Amino acid sequence: MLAELIETIAKIMFIFGVNMGFFTPILGWVERKQSAVMQDRVGANRADIFGFRVIGLLHILADAIKVLTKEDFVPAGANKFFHTLAPFISLTPALVTFAVIPFGGQYEIFGHKVNLVIADLDIGILFIFAFASLATYGTVLAGWSSNNNWSFLGGMRASAQMLSYEVAMGLSIIGVIMVYSSLKLTEIGAMQAEFFRWGIFLQPVGFILFLTCAIAENKRAPFDIPEAESEIVAGYFTEYSSMKFVMFWMGEFLEIVTISGIITTLFFGAWHIPFVSNEMLLSIFGFAGPDGANILTMLINIATFFVKIIFFIWLQMTIRWTLPRFRYDQIMKLGWKILLPLALINIFITGLVLLVK
Amino acid sequence: MEQIIFYIFGAGAVLSALIMVTNKKPVSAAFSLIVTMFCLAGLYVLLDAHLIAALQIIVYAGAIMVLFLFVIMLLNVEEKEGRLRGKILLQLAGILIVGYIFIKIVRLIGNGDLPAKMEGAIQGFGTTKVVGLMLFTDFLFPFEIASILLLAAIVGAVILAKAKVD
Repeated sequence: MLAELIETIAKIMFIFGVNMGFFTPILGWVERKQSAVMQDRVGANRADIFGFRVIGLLHILADAIKVLTKEDFVPAGANKFFHTLAPFISLTPALVTFAVIPFGGQYEIFGHKVNLVIADLDIGILFIFAFASLATYGTVLAGWSSNNNWSFLGGMRASAQMLSYEVAMGLSIIGVIMVYSSLKLTEIGAMQAEFFRWGIFLQPVGFILFLTCAIAENKRAPFDIPEAESEIVAGYFTEYSSMKFVMFWMGEFLEIVTISGIITTLFFGAWHIPFVSNEMLLSIFGFAGPDGANILTMLINIATFFVKIIFFIWLQMTIRWTLPRFRYDQIMKLGWKILLPLALINIFITGLVLLVK
Repeated sequence: MEQIIFYIFGAGAVLSALIMVTNKKPVSAAFSLIVTMFCLAGLYVLLDAHLIAALQIIVYAGAIMVLFLFVIMLLNVEEKEGRLRGKILLQLAGILIVGYIFIKIVRLIGNGDLPAKMEGAIQGFGTTKVVGLMLFTDFLFPFEIASILLLAAIVGAVILAKAKVD
């Protein structure tokens, strides 16, 4: 009982630490630096300590100081309660959803079974969808409560867009669920030990659909019409400053990480290395004794998982800085007339193949 | 522990439902309804019905209420004084119906007629697999009827909207 409690707390601390302590601040820097590199600018290199610039990494520190010392204002005529609540609603789902994503397999260390997921729920992926669907309210309420027409337009656009893409996103992963016949992300991950059983080979269409819908759900370019800085100032968070403003960004960055985690787990073999099974790793590390071998295998699996996550973060950043923004009608057409039918056809064909096999 | 969580979600559901009914601002009322839905999902989890809880949040709290908010904001619904003001007969009927249901519930609990907690009644109660199997075997007919009902509602909505557009 006590060992389990310690294990759970350790896992929560680990995921929270990696997400909030590493990914969120680093992504703020990556966003600027990668856009600068891609647009042939110098970019993010002004902050320095005694002349040392460390490729712009000190901007993280400068940002933190700026955010904490800036004035936090609520515009006149705004609904103060909802204006304050909205950034919290945006951030919380992004933090919570990582709880069901496994970042490693199961290991036996000192006679204690360690399952590297915070909550191994039976509904698994549905938990993520449930909380992701609540994130919409952060955006919508932020837009509505700011008492600003730009914000309001952003909020309206966000509610329509997120509602539309939720449908296609839910349908896009049904193929994966059918193939692995499980909702549990740990089981789906464990079934991808063999390289050619990875989700990307079994559900290539599902992967593209999911990635598209997930980027749209996260409201990043080319789907960033709720923000659309060239049309409606900054959309739903025009009237936000200081810490509350940053909370929207933290939510967005955390969602990038979560999307990468889901894609890795569903389509890219979770914590497995291609052609290297965990049995092979265990026998290679045999010199360290059974417990040592298990611990080393676990560390390698965790590292593999996060390397894959970093790759998909890079991919999402590249997409964000490559494609121009869609128009509102284009987004609606893409969601309802292309992605939704494609997802349904994908489910149908998957069902046929499973039936024939 | 389970009891504490039950009281938190139970109180949350009742309080937010009260706010929903009494609040005159449409957006605040809609938001209270979302909180009610969320608390109900929490109660479902305590009853081991994880799938229903997830669906409750995805469908009701996550999708339908977003539409509610969308419409409220788009039409800019104003604060309204109770439309039932002055209609004593309607108010009386409401009080009578709610009172009757309340008395019934209190009697039911007092009699102890409620089934005791079904320990191990169905293997894997509330899991996706069991609920899915039940839906597609024992309850296939009601399930299909419900989907036809929804389809009819969708077709009806489209026809009504189209008549306005044309």
